[in-house]
Amino acid sequence: MPVPEKLIFEYSHAGRGASDQWPHDPGPAALAELPLTLRRARPPELPEVGELEAVRHFTRLSQLNFSIDTHFYPLGSCTMKYNPKACNQYAMLPEFLARHPLAPESHGQGVLACLYELQEMLKEVTGMQGVALSPMAGAHGEFAGVAMIRAYHRARGDLERNEIIVPEAAHGTNPATATMCGCVVREIPVDRLGDVDLAALQAAVGPSTAGIMLTNPSTLGVFERRIGEVARIVHQAGGLLYYDGANLNAILGKVRPGDMGFDVIHVNLHKTFSTPHGGGGPGAGAVGVGARLAPFLPIPLVGKDGERYRWLTEADVPQSIGRLSAFMGNTGVLLRAYIYMRMLGREGMQRVGEYATLNANYLLARLQAAGFDAAYPQRRASHEFIVTLKRQARELNVTAMDFAKRLLDYGFHAPTTYFPLLVPECLLIEPTETESKDVLDAFVSAMSQIRKEAEQEPARVTSAPHTMPVRRLDDVRAARQLDLTWKPTAQS
Amino acid sequence: MSTVPADLKYTRSHEWVRTLADGTVAVGITDHAQHALGDLVFVEVPEAGRAVKAGEPCAVVESVKAASDVYAPLAGEVTAGNPKLKEKPETLNTDPYGEGWLMRLKPAPGALTGAALLSAADYQKVLEAEGG
Repeated sequence: MPVPEKLIFEYSHAGRGASDQWPHDPGPAALAELPLTLRRARPPELPEVGELEAVRHFTRLSQLNFSIDTHFYPLGSCTMKYNPKACNQYAMLPEFLARHPLAPESHGQGVLACLYELQEMLKEVTGMQGVALSPMAGAHGEFAGVAMIRAYHRARGDLERNEIIVPEAAHGTNPATATMCGCVVREIPVDRLGDVDLAALQAAVGPSTAGIMLTNPSTLGVFERRIGEVARIVHQAGGLLYYDGANLNAILGKVRPGDMGFDVIHVNLHKTFSTPHGGGGPGAGAVGVGARLAPFLPIPLVGKDGERYRWLTEADVPQSIGRLSAFMGNTGVLLRAYIYMRMLGREGMQRVGEYATLNANYLLARLQAAGFDAAYPQRRASHEFIVTLKRQARELNVTAMDFAKRLLDYGFHAPTTYFPLLVPECLLIEPTETESKDVLDAFVSAMSQIRKEAEQEPARVTSAPHTMPVRRLDDVRAARQLDLTWKPTAQS
Repeated sequence: MSTVPADLKYTRSHEWVRTLADGTVAVGITDHAQHALGDLVFVEVPEAGRAVKAGEPCAVVESVKAASDVYAPLAGEVTAGNPKLKEKPETLNTDPYGEGWLMRLKPAPGALTGAALLSAADYQKVLEAEGG
C-alpha cells in the first residue's frame, strides 16, 4: 500500500530552502559573544525544501487528520467538544498576540484583567478559594495539586504523610502523578455499581495518608454518590481530597467540587472550556484550591490592587510551591477559555452540563435498545458511559478494537478503547454537548451496521479500516521498537 | 477459555505461584491476565535481593492497552527476575506458566503457609465471577 504522504526529509534537496523565511543573521559580532561550548560543531540535519513544498506537505498531512471540525469524536474521558471559532478569533487579536511576556504590567492591563477574571470565574465554577492558571497540561496541574498537598503537610510538620489513595476507577494519570511527587500509591477497589468501596477506604486511611485522588464522575461514567462520606473519612484521617477535573464537563454549573469537600482540583481547560485539544496541546491545567492550600499556589498569579492588575510573586505568596512554567503558562489557551466562559455565561455553563449528560444518556439508551450491553446498566450515565462488547467478542470473535477500527470507515473517530481496564472489551463513549441528535443517531446506525457485518462477514470488521489513508497499524511493533529517529537511506 | 493449571496457587489479582524443589517459589501472571492485557510490549522485573511484602507492587507489565502492576503474592526476598522478558516480553503471552515467569522469591519464614493463596479450583471461581 502506498504511503499517503512522505516524510518531509524525503523531499529534501541539498541547498534548497526559503530564504525569506530564514531567521535574521545576527552577524559574526553577535556570534563572537556565544561561548564555544554552546556552538554547534556542524549544522543540524534539517530537511531542505522550498516554501511551497513545506506548505503542501503540512497541508496534505492536515487533510489526513480526523478532527472535531470534520468528524464526530466521542473519545471518552477526553471531552473532545467543539471549539467555537469566536474564541479563536478574539484570542488572535494583535494586541494579545504581540504582547511580550516581559512587557511591563502597565502595558498589559487588558491581558492581566482577562486572566484575573478567568481566575475568578474558575473559583466560582469549582467552589474553590484560589486559582492558579500557569500549569500547562492536565498532568502538570495534577503535579501542582499533589505538590501543594505535600507542601501543606510539610508546613504542619506532618512529615509521615506520603500515601496517596487512588480508586481503581480514577483517571489513569493519578497514580503516575502521585509517584512523580514522591508519594506511594494505595489503590482501592470500587463496588459492583461503580462507587468507591467505603470499607476498603476506611481500612486504607491512617497516619500515612496524604490524600486521595478522585475523578467524579469516575472513568466508569457514573457519579460517585457517597462523595460526602468519602470526604469525611479522608479528612478525619488527616488527608486531603484531590479532584481530577477530567470529567468536570458532566457537572458544570450543577455541582461544585469545593462543595463536595475537595481541597484541590485541576481543570483541563482544553476539555471543559473548549480550548484546542489533542496532538500534544498546547493544553492548560489550571489548579483551584480551598483555603487550606491557598498559601501554596504556584506563581505567577494575577492580583488586583484597586483598579490595577499585577503579577503576584513569591513576595506575595511566600509559601508558594514555586514556578511551574516560564511566564504565565499557555496564555493563548487561557484567553480562549476566558472568552468561551464569557460567551456562555452562568446559564450557558449549566446547559453544558445538562446537554453533555442528556446526549450521553440518549446515546446509551439508543445503543442498549439496539442490543449493546452497558457496563453499568443499573446506573444513569454521566457525560460518558461504557459499552462492553464482551458478548460480541465471545460469540462473534470480533473485539472492541475491531469495532473501533471499523467505525473509522463510517466516518466516526473511535471511542476510547480498553479503558478503564476493569471492564473487558469496553468502549468509553463521550458524545459531548455540542453534537446534534442526527449525529448521535448516525453513530447508533453505524454501530448496528458493524454488528451485522460482524455476524455475516466478520473479516470485513477484523481487517478494518478499509478507507483510511493507512490500514490496521501494527501497534505492538510500534510500542516494542521505540527508535523513531529518521535516518537517510542509501539512495537519498 | 484461559487455562488454570491444577498444580499452582493463585491470587485474586491474577498472579500464580509455583513451589520449586529448593524451597523458593516462581511467580508469574496467569493466562487470563495475559489474555486480558493483550500483546505485552514491556516488562519490568525486580532485582535480586529486593525484599517484598505480600501485596506490594513489584513488577510492571505493559501492553498496548495498559500498564499494570504485579503484586507480590507473599512476603520474601527476590532471588531472580526473569532476564529474558526484557528482550522478549511476548514470552509472557506465549508461555505464561513456563518461560514467561516473572520472578523467583525466597519466602519469608511462614510466608508460604500463611499467605492467603487460592487453589486452582477457587481461582477458576474468581474468573467465573468476573465473567471471564
